[in-house]
Amino acid sequence: MSYYVDEKGYYGEFGGAYIPEMLYPNTEELRQNYLEIMAAPSFKEEFHQLLKDYVGRPTPLYFAERLSNKYNTKIYLKREDLNHTGAHKVNNTIGQILMAKKLGKNRIIAETGAGQHGVATATVCALMGIECVVYMGEVDIARQAPNVARMKMLGAEVRPALSGSRTLKDATNEAIRDWINNPVDTHYIIGSVVGPHPYPDMVARFQSVISEEIKAQLLEKEGRKNPDYVVACVGGGSNAAGAYYHFLDTPEVGIIAVEAAGKGIHSGESAATSALGKVGIIHGSKTLLMQTPDGQITEPYSISAGLDYPGVGPLHAHLFKSGRGEFISITDDEAMTAGLTLCQLEGIIPAIESSHGLAILEQRKFKSDDIVVMNLSGRGDKDLQNYIDYFKL
Amino acid sequence: MNRIKSKLQENKKLLSIYFTAGYPNIDDTVQIIQDLEQNGVDIIEIGLPFSDPLADGPTIQASSTQALDNGMTTDLLFEQLQDIRKTVSIPLIIMGYFNPVLQYGVEGFCKRCQEIGIDGLILPDLPLDVYQEEYEAIFNKYGLINVYLITPQTSEERIRQIDDASDGFIYMVSSASTTGTKDGFGDEQQAYFDRIASMGLQNPQIVGFGISNQETFKQATQHAKGAIIGSAFIKHLDKNGPQKIDGFVSGIR
Repeated sequence: MSYYVDEKGYYGEFGGAYIPEMLYPNTEELRQNYLEIMAAPSFKEEFHQLLKDYVGRPTPLYFAERLSNKYNTKIYLKREDLNHTGAHKVNNTIGQILMAKKLGKNRIIAETGAGQHGVATATVCALMGIECVVYMGEVDIARQAPNVARMKMLGAEVRPALSGSRTLKDATNEAIRDWINNPVDTHYIIGSVVGPHPYPDMVARFQSVISEEIKAQLLEKEGRKNPDYVVACVGGGSNAAGAYYHFLDTPEVGIIAVEAAGKGIHSGESAATSALGKVGIIHGSKTLLMQTPDGQITEPYSISAGLDYPGVGPLHAHLFKSGRGEFISITDDEAMTAGLTLCQLEGIIPAIESSHGLAILEQRKFKSDDIVVMNLSGRGDKDLQNYIDYFKL
Repeated sequence: MNRIKSKLQENKKLLSIYFTAGYPNIDDTVQIIQDLEQNGVDIIEIGLPFSDPLADGPTIQASSTQALDNGMTTDLLFEQLQDIRKTVSIPLIIMGYFNPVLQYGVEGFCKRCQEIGIDGLILPDLPLDVYQEEYEAIFNKYGLINVYLITPQTSEERIRQIDDASDGFIYMVSSASTTGTKDGFGDEQQAYFDRIASMGLQNPQIVGFGISNQETFKQATQHAKGAIIGSAFIKHLDKNGPQKIDGFVSGIR
C-alpha cells in the first residue's frame, strides 16, 4: 500500500476535490501545473535558496540529552521553531508564493487561525511585493492581537471573518469565497494539508523538506537514515505531513500523530478529530470531520489555536483509517505541563501545538535504544500570554 | 415525466425562486412553497441549510445560520414536505451542500426525495466525476435530476462535458461571485450570455446569481430559458415576513 496521493487526488478513500464549479478552473489550473512547476530545476533552486538564506534552513536536528534521560529513550528534536517567523509554516508559504508567481498571479489570499500562517504568508508577500489579504475569524482577531499587528506591519490587509463561529473554519470559508469572486488574478495560499486536491499534496511536498533533512541529519549523527518513530502534532496536519513524508512508505518507521483532546475527548470541548470525527466533506476535501449527526460542521476546542480545526488533512485520515499512523490525544493540561518540562530541561520554549507532541512521552513508552524524532513545529513566543495565564507567571 | 422536464417544455420564460428551509421561522417552509406557486413561480429551490455554505454570500449564509438555529434538520425538512404534493404541483428542487446528504446516506436521501415528490437536486460541491462514478445510478433509480453549474470561467470543453452529463437544465452562474454579492449585469455578463446561447447546448439554461428585479430577470432570460432569484427573495422575507410574497413575485414579471 502507498500512502502518497493517487492520480485522482485521493489517499485511500480520503481527499478529492469537492468544490463548487466556480472553483474548478482555479484548482484545475493548479492541478495541471503544480508538479511540473515544482520539478523544474530553476524552481527548486530558488525554493531551496530562499529556504537556506531567508528562512535559515536546514533547521538543526538536536539530540535532547536531558529529555532523553528523563524518558529513557533517544529523543531528537527537529527544530522547526528556529525558522524565520517561528514555525514550519513558512516552508509552505515560500513554496506557494513562488508557485503563484509562476502561475502569473498578482494577488494572494490566505486564511489564518492563530495567525502563524497569516504572518508567514504576509512575510513572503512582503518579500515578493505582492498584494496580500488574510482572512481571520473575528474571535481570533480579538485573541491574537500581536499576530494581527505583525501582519499589518508586513503590509497585509487583515479581513475579519464574520460568518458562522468566526474562527479558523469560517476564515477558510471566507478565503474560498474571495477566490470564487476573484478567480483569475488571485492565488489562495492554504496553510495546511487540507482543501481540495492538489492542495494537500502540494503543501505536503513543500513541507517534506523537514523529513528530507531528518534523513540526512540522522545519517550523520547515528549512521542510519530512519528513526524508529516520528512524532508530530496534527491540527490540519502540515508539520506532521512534512515530518512523515519521506517515511510514509517505510513501515519500520513508526508514525505517531498527536491530536488535541482539549479538556478531554468526551468533554464536548475537544479537537481530537480521529476520535470524534466521521467521514465528511470540509473545505473541498473528503476526510474525517467533527460534525453533528445531521452533517453540520461543529466547532472544535483546544488551548492551542493551531490545533482547533474540525477536520484533518486527508493524508492523516488515511494514516488513521489504515492503521499506518498511531494516533494519541493530549489534553490542554498535559500539553502545558510538557511545554514547561521542555523549557526547564532543554531551555527551549515550545509552541503549545508542539507541546502536545512532547506530552506523549509521559504515557507512550519507548525502548531505551529507540530513536524518536519529535517535530518541534514552532516556538512559544506567540503563546506567552497563554503560558502566563495558565501557570500564573 | 419528471416535472422539471415538462416545465422546461412550456413556452415561457421560467421564474425560479430559492429560499432557505426553516427561515425566517422554522414552520414557514410549506406556506412559502404554496404561496410561491399560487403567485405564478415556475420552479422552487428549497435550500437545505448548511453550517459552512462556501458558495454563498452573506444573505444566504445568514439565513442558513438562522434556519439551523431555528432547529432545521434534514429529517425535519422531509417531515415538513411529507404532504407537499397534495397541494403543490410545480417542480421542487432541493439545493444544498453535499455533506448533510452524505451523512443522511445518499441512497436514503434520494429515496425520501422520491417518496415526497422532489424532482431534482442541486449540490454545488458534489463534483461531476464523483457523481458519475458513484451516484448517478442512484439518482436515476429515484427519478431525480441532478443540476450542474457553469460559470463565466468554465471552459468550452467542460461546458460540453456538463451538457452531456445533464438531463434537465444547466444552472448558469452569471458572474464570478458568491450568491447575492453582485447587482446588475454589465457588458461582461452580456457577452457571456451571448456566448453560451451561441453554443447550441442540448439542455436549456437557467441563470442564477445577481438576479434581483424585473430588469435583471429580463436581461438574464433574453437568451436563457429562465432565471433563479435567491438572495433578493431572502431579503424580501427578512424585511416583509413570509406573508407578502405576492408583491415580490409580481414585481419580477
